[in-house]
Order: sequence, then C-alpha cells, then structure tokens
Amino acid sequence: MKPFSYERVASPGEAVEAAAARPGARFIAGGTNLLDLMKLGIEAPQHLIDVNRLGLDTIEPTAEGGLRIGALVRNADLAADRRVRRDYAVLARALVSGASGQLRNKATTAGNLMQRTRCPYFYNTDMPCNKRRPGSGCAAIGGLTHNLAVLGVSDACIATHPSDMCVALRALDATVETVGAGGRARSIPIAAFHRLPGDRPDIETALEPGELITAVTLPAPLGGVQLYRKVRERASYAFANLTVALVAEEGQIVRLAFGGLAAKPWRVEVAEGGDDADLAADLALAGATPTEDNAYKLPLARRTLKATLAQATEVRS
Amino acid sequence: MIGQGISRTDGPIKVTGRAAYSAERQDAGPTLHGYILGAGIGRGRVARIDIAAAEAAPGVRLVWTHENAPEQGPAEGIEGDMMDRTRPELASDRINYYGMPIAFVVAESFEEARAAAGLIAVEYELEPGAFTLSGFGPDLNWRRPSQAGDIDQAMREGPVTLEETYSTPYHFSQPMELHACIADWRDGHLHLYLTAQMVNQLTTGLGKTLRLDPGAISIDSAYVGGGFGSKIVLHCEAVLASLATMALGQPVKLMLTRRQIFTLVGHRPASISRVRLAATPDGRLTALGHDALIQVRTDDAWDEGVSSVGKALYASPNRLTRQAHQALDVQPGEPVRGPGELPGLMVLESAMDELAEKLGMDPIELRLRNDTQIDPDKRLPLSGRRLADCLREGAEQFGWRDRPTRPASRRDGRWLVGYGVASSMRGHYQTSAEVLVRIEPDGFVIVRSDMTDIGTGTYTIVAQVVAEALGVPMSQIKVELAHTKHPKGNGAGGSWGAANTTVAADRAAAELRARIAVVAGTGYNDIFAEVRRHFPDGIEEIGKTLDNKDDPNYRTHAQYTYGASFAEVGVDIDTGEVRLRRMLGVFAAGRILNAKTARSQLIGGMIWGVSAALQEAGVLDPRHGHWVNGDFAEYLIPTHADIPAIDAIMLEDFDDKANHLGVKGIGELGAGGTGGSVANAVYNATGVRVRDFPITLAKLLPGLP
Repeated sequence: MKPFSYERVASPGEAVEAAAARPGARFIAGGTNLLDLMKLGIEAPQHLIDVNRLGLDTIEPTAEGGLRIGALVRNADLAADRRVRRDYAVLARALVSGASGQLRNKATTAGNLMQRTRCPYFYNTDMPCNKRRPGSGCAAIGGLTHNLAVLGVSDACIATHPSDMCVALRALDATVETVGAGGRARSIPIAAFHRLPGDRPDIETALEPGELITAVTLPAPLGGVQLYRKVRERASYAFANLTVALVAEEGQIVRLAFGGLAAKPWRVEVAEGGDDADLAADLALAGATPTEDNAYKLPLARRTLKATLAQATEVRS
Repeated sequence: MIGQGISRTDGPIKVTGRAAYSAERQDAGPTLHGYILGAGIGRGRVARIDIAAAEAAPGVRLVWTHENAPEQGPAEGIEGDMMDRTRPELASDRINYYGMPIAFVVAESFEEARAAAGLIAVEYELEPGAFTLSGFGPDLNWRRPSQAGDIDQAMREGPVTLEETYSTPYHFSQPMELHACIADWRDGHLHLYLTAQMVNQLTTGLGKTLRLDPGAISIDSAYVGGGFGSKIVLHCEAVLASLATMALGQPVKLMLTRRQIFTLVGHRPASISRVRLAATPDGRLTALGHDALIQVRTDDAWDEGVSSVGKALYASPNRLTRQAHQALDVQPGEPVRGPGELPGLMVLESAMDELAEKLGMDPIELRLRNDTQIDPDKRLPLSGRRLADCLREGAEQFGWRDRPTRPASRRDGRWLVGYGVASSMRGHYQTSAEVLVRIEPDGFVIVRSDMTDIGTGTYTIVAQVVAEALGVPMSQIKVELAHTKHPKGNGAGGSWGAANTTVAADRAAAELRARIAVVAGTGYNDIFAEVRRHFPDGIEEIGKTLDNKDDPNYRTHAQYTYGASFAEVGVDIDTGEVRLRRMLGVFAAGRILNAKTARSQLIGGMIWGVSAALQEAGVLDPRHGHWVNGDFAEYLIPTHADIPAIDAIMLEDFDDKANHLGVKGIGELGAGGTGGSVANAVYNATGVRVRDFPITLAKLLPGLP
C-alpha cells in the first residue's frame, strides 16, 4: 500500500470539484473493494475523496412510477426495502446472494456498480494484467480459468464482472445517474455503463474521470415472477460460477440476464418474449469462447436457465 | 471430574479479548514492525535488487536482502529431524519457490514497512520450473513399503477386483491466528513471543540458525489461535524477527499476511493414488494395494503418508502400500491436520465403497467383514480396536437402514439425495514429556508444562486431571503452559499432546499424594493444610511419559484410535451443487477427558473432511508456480451455511494399553474418514464417481441427467 492523502466532502458538487482538482483521485464510500485493492497494491490512488457524507442515501419514488436509489444506499438496506422486495424481487434476491452480511451492511449501490473483477491474475501483482497495467499482457489467458469469462472476451482480457446486483439492474433496465465536471448531470443506461474489454480492459465503465454516481433509477415495476439463481461452490460467500436473473410471466421470458459469463452482466434481449429455455440458451451462448477449464459454464447456463424458468412457471406468483 | 464437559477455563478471557496472542503481546514494550517481500517467480535467482528507495523511505530502520543479511547457520540436508534443522533466510540469490522471502524491511510502523517493501526494485533471472504433479512415471523409487503375500497374483485371481486412480490437491492449514513473532533481544537473551505448537523443540534449529546457544532463547506461546500443523516447524517469521532485534537492539514484530500463509508456512502436498482391491464374492479382501505419488522438493522430503492408512485398516492376506516422490518447485510440504489420513482415507474409503457396489454389498458389511484384531503391518494385537462398534453404533444412530441402496434413486424436490459411510483410523503416539505439579502452602496448585493450548482446551483438561488426582477444586489449580522455561514435553501436534500432558501430570500428582501420605497418612481432609504443616515451602514433583519406542506397551500392542463417519448430501440435479444435509461421526478414542472440548475438536475435524471432499484445493499455476487462489475469497472452505446438522458421538472407552488414564488423542481423528463418507454420499446421490478431489459441480455436471 502506498501513502495517500484523504479528504471528506459534504456535497456532490464538492466531490466533483475535488476530483477535478486531483486527477487520479478515487471516490471512496464503503471501501469494501477499493481498500482491499489498495492494500494489495493493485490500486494506488494518490488521493481519496470520502463521499460517505453526501446524503444520497434514500430510496424515493419517481414520477414515472419507478424508484430512485441514492448512490450511498447500502446494499443491505436496499435489499430490505419493502418496495424493492415487492416490486423488484430480482434485485432484492441478487443483493442478498452477494458477499456477506457484514459486507452488505457497508457496501453501497454506487460502489457495487464499480466493483472490479475478481480474476485471480488481476489480484496478483506479480502477474501481467492488462486491466492493472495496460499493455502488460494477460496472464489469465492460458492459465487457470475455471471462473473466467466465456462471452465477450478479447485477446487482452477474459475477466468476469463479479457483481450480483448489476445483473439484476441490467435485467430491470436501470439507469445510472451521475454528475461530472462543472456539475453536468447525465443519465447512463445500465446497458451502456459496463464495457466489454476489447483492447482496453482497464476502462471498465462509461464514467469519465472524476464523474460521480449520484443515483440508480429503476423504471416502473415489471411484475411477473422475478428470480435470481446464483450457482456457487458453497452455500454462502462465494463468487458465482454463474447467475441467472429472470423475470417471467406465464412461462414466458420477460427479461433475462446472466452473471459470471462476461465482463459485464449478459442480457439476452433476443430471447425475451420466448418460452423455450433451450432456444434462449442457444441465443445467450452464441459465440461463446470457453476454455477447457470453464467450458462447464455452457451446459451449466443452459441447465440453470431451464430450471429457473421452470421454477418461475411453478411459482406463478 | 475427568470426562465432564467443563467449559474452557480460558474461555472468558478469550471472548473478552484479554488473552493476548503473540502479535498482541505487550511484554516487550513498543516494537518495530517487519514486512517480508516475497519472490514474484517460482524458480530462478535474484539478478539485481535495488533497496535504495526503500532504505530512504519514512520510518525505515533496516532493509535486508541476500546481499546484506546477517550470516546464519547454513541450510542442512534433508536427513535428520525436521524439528532440529536450521532455517537460514535471505541466504542466497536462489529462488526455490514463489513467495520465498527475497527482502525484509523493518520500520517504525507496519504500514511504513509494507510501503517501503513496495519500493524495492527486483530483476529476476527466470528458470523453468516443475509445477505439475504429472503421474506415476517409469522411474519410481518406492519408499515406506509395507507388504504381505503377492498382490499382483491376488489381483489376477480376483475374482472381484477394483483398480482406480485418485488424486488429492494441496491443502493449507490456515489457522485464524496469523503466524507472528515478537522478538526481543535483551542482555544477551532472546525472548520470543511466537505463535507455535511446540516451543522447546524450536530452540535447537533456531539456535543453530542464529548461531546462538539454545539456552539463550526463550519462547512464550501462551495463547495460540489454531495451528493444524502449520505452527510446528521453525518458520521465517521467527528467524527474521530474531535477526532484526539482534541487529537493532529493539523489539521487532513480524506478522505474516493471510496471503503469505499460503506460501511461507507449508502445505499438504498434492498426491496421486493407485488403489488396487480384490475380494471374494462374499466380500473378503484378498488384495489391498495403495501406491501413492507425493509432491516433495528435492531439498525437503516431507512425505505425506497417503498410502500408510492402508497398512492396518483392514485385513488382507495380500497387501502392498508404498509411496513415491516427485519433486516440484513449490515450498516445502508440512504437517496439515490428518497428515496422510485425511487424503489417504478419502481415497481408500472411496475405493472400498466402489468395491462394495461391485460386490452388491452394504458398504458397512464389507468393512465389518474385513475387520481385524491384529495389526496386519506390525503383526501385533490392536489395542482398543473398536472400528466395528463405531460402524454399528453410527449405523443405528444415523438411520443407515433407510439409505438409498441404489445410486441416484432418491429425490427431494430438485435435490438428489445420497448417504455415505467411511471408516476413520489414526495412530496413537506417545512421546517423552515431563510435567511439574506443585502444591503451594497458600492453597493453590501450580501445573507447569511447555505444552501449548492451540485452542483445543489444554488449560482445561490439565486442570481437570490434576483436580481429580489431588481432590481439589479446579478453581485452585493454576495451569502455566507454553514457555521454554517449563518442563519439556512435545507440544501440541500428532494428536499426542493431551495424553502426554495429562498422563505426566497425573503421575506427578500421584507422587505428591504418596509423599504427603507418608507423613500425613491417607485420612486427611485438607491437602493444603497437610502441605502447610509438613512442607511449609510447598511440595512439587515431575511426572513423566516415555517415548513410545521405550514404552513396553507399544512393543506388545499397536495403538490406534477409530471412528466411523456418516454423511447425507443433496446434489442439485440442475446445477450439480453439492450441499451437506447432515453428518454424524462415532469415535472410539480411549477415555475422553472433556466431553465438550473433545466434541468441538472432533466436529472441527469432521468439517475439514467435508471441506476436503467438496471445496478445498490449492491451485498451482502450471506455468508460473504461484498459488492462483491464495486468499480466502478463492480458497474455499465451508461457511456456517455449509454445515447444517452435525454431531459427534464418543463411545465410552478406556484403552489400558495406551496409558494408565486410558486416554488417547483426537486431534486428527475427526478429519480422517469424513471426506470419504461425503464422497461416497455424493456417489450414492448421483451415480457419478469423482476420483479427482474436491468433488465440484463442474466435475459432476457431465454425469447428471
């Protein structure tokens, strides 16, 4: 860990001003990911801007009938919110399947969006990694890839996105609200928020340098049966082998997104409206480039989707 | 008193944070802080290392590399006792394994030391390394063979035979308390507050390394937060902290990081096993063969006894167990809980399950039919051989008769449900140990031993035994442990600590009673009043145990502990996720000293078995030789949610061949066969036999409907 400076800000305006004044500075909220990365020397920001006191910690209804979730709403609070549990069950279910109770108490909505990959080669500073040191190469390619990506990969990177929450947000078509330099606000559709690696895996999101997430907006409730199935090697506190976020109605797929398959949540819009899980899996996995280690994810995705759709049809709630 | 489930006497100070573990000790006053920089390659040499920036960094007091580290006793060959070997650090430019220390920084704070270590610039000369256990090659130098009859012929004759290959991965002990040392060089004496399982044993190797008389070294390990074998031998934290305090004249604290514990304190070597079994149609074994290939290093041959469990578990007229080695460029292997037994029983008991199916027999019946009262290897009577009792009692308590007799035949919703059973066995060892018991005239009894309490309950069981022996309440007994100044035993390891220490303590107490009886008769009411009257300065005795090679009972009887493990698992038919549903262990391990701490230890061991069967594996990158999953996010062990109903039953037992108290050890026993019962339950649930541990969903998926 390298020495760094630290300041605490009181408003979003101050936060973006502070960030503009110190290029390379990082915002810190729950710190559940960033502090680990700093201790391990994976990230070495010169300056931290603590945004925990900005407010931004409420969940408000929107004029469109949706919800506006403040950037600093903790994952545990979001999962426990009555409206989220009732109208956006896929999100509540995704949240409680992530991390541990302690981490969810601390982790924030914006921080969860900004989680970095758990690729073990990204985490080992003795290994080349194009995310960590652009242009240094990818040690994961040709290495142990049991839990790495099978879709949307590039020659530069095969990492997966670790978040559960983001998979549900992608299925729900959330929007990320931000404020940037000079107080300019913008709305980024979740579909455009996370990037595939391409030749710049170090650029992971659509955020500009110094841009601050202020909220995540959910559109009006979709209804239907909303399930989130996380497949993992142990019952709790494990990164997913893969996940399925599904909204279904009368046996029909309304929304479908996979986690654990790519560098971003993998929405399968072409399968939505259909009722054939096999066909949906074909569509989802088209173009997959598995390794020997992670080829199991393809049949696993198909089987899990089938089981989840069958479950949704049984529930009919 | 003996046997009662008395809560730990040190429980209250532990749960309130008042029991200071090594890194928390304040005895030496404020300390400097060390940080180790580990090699970033698996094999080669340090071509260039630049420490100028680190030396100039804030708070830095010392930066050592192989170029400027103090001279130490040279590394010794692999012969001789691993406890007595030197362990020179930063002794050359050679890099023998990933993470091997290449620099050491001491600074005024931990953060400063770590930051400065990050400023050291290293250039490596990379050499190709061997990082993959490749399988039985043509040139096998067989070791530790145990043989009877002609196994090859028995395999040819059958009629029912099984020959299969199994593999087990690297495991790490990973105790909760990180390895740590505070070293304080003061007036020509080296005081160490070190997290260790054995203390007096460490002074020989450390003294030779530091070129210091072992008598000038004190080690205090009053409270230890778990060891599981990883705190037995001398490690770099003790050596580097000692060298630094001797150079700087100030106390130095060195605590390894969790990630460093994956590289610097040993591991259970990976293994590949070939098991051969033959039986008559009615299930009598005619052949039992276990060849095991073990990962070692060329300069360190910790030989995980994977095949040894087959020597005495079942009777077979034709038998061959043996080990071969393959040297890889990874850190030296070390004892990890259930050394040999945990992987070995998981393999052998999987094979027995496969044989039972071939025979169409109940797997319990197959085991009972091959029970023996004579150790097939040592050809001695087995004392306390109660494997059959464990199997029968467990079958009754677990409801074995309700098991699915055909694989993949029971469903509970989307779960495939299966039952599994396996035997456990573990050698009972005794080593030479001395314990002092002293009765003070002021109404207290003091017990002193260098035995450690690594979380197992030593403080409590020693007090129980002495309380019973002297007829005084436990509250009047002070147990002082884990310091080199106390009488020497053999510490906590190999499951011998409890028996060694309590037997020696009981003998000391008996001697005291005899001496008091000489002057006071036997009818006294108050032992302290008699001591005040006849021994105004107090009275003390040292009780002893003999090493098992010198104990006649070990010449006439083979000593083991026994158990049977039962597991019920569910396997998700869609995803292949395996979840334990319930588990029972039944154990016969001599007289139990404390029902509560013993149960805790056995259940803890059983969870290790679940972990080994389903989750745990150190994954070594075959190109670079580093631990790919070297942290707790990726090296999976069970969470609470993975362990639902679990229980351990201890049979009423007393092994009079072990010692006069009838007690044996239980530290490793619980971890023994449990993995096998879980593996067999997974097969019973799915009809899919995975022979490459752990059994993960990716391995099960291809076989699921």
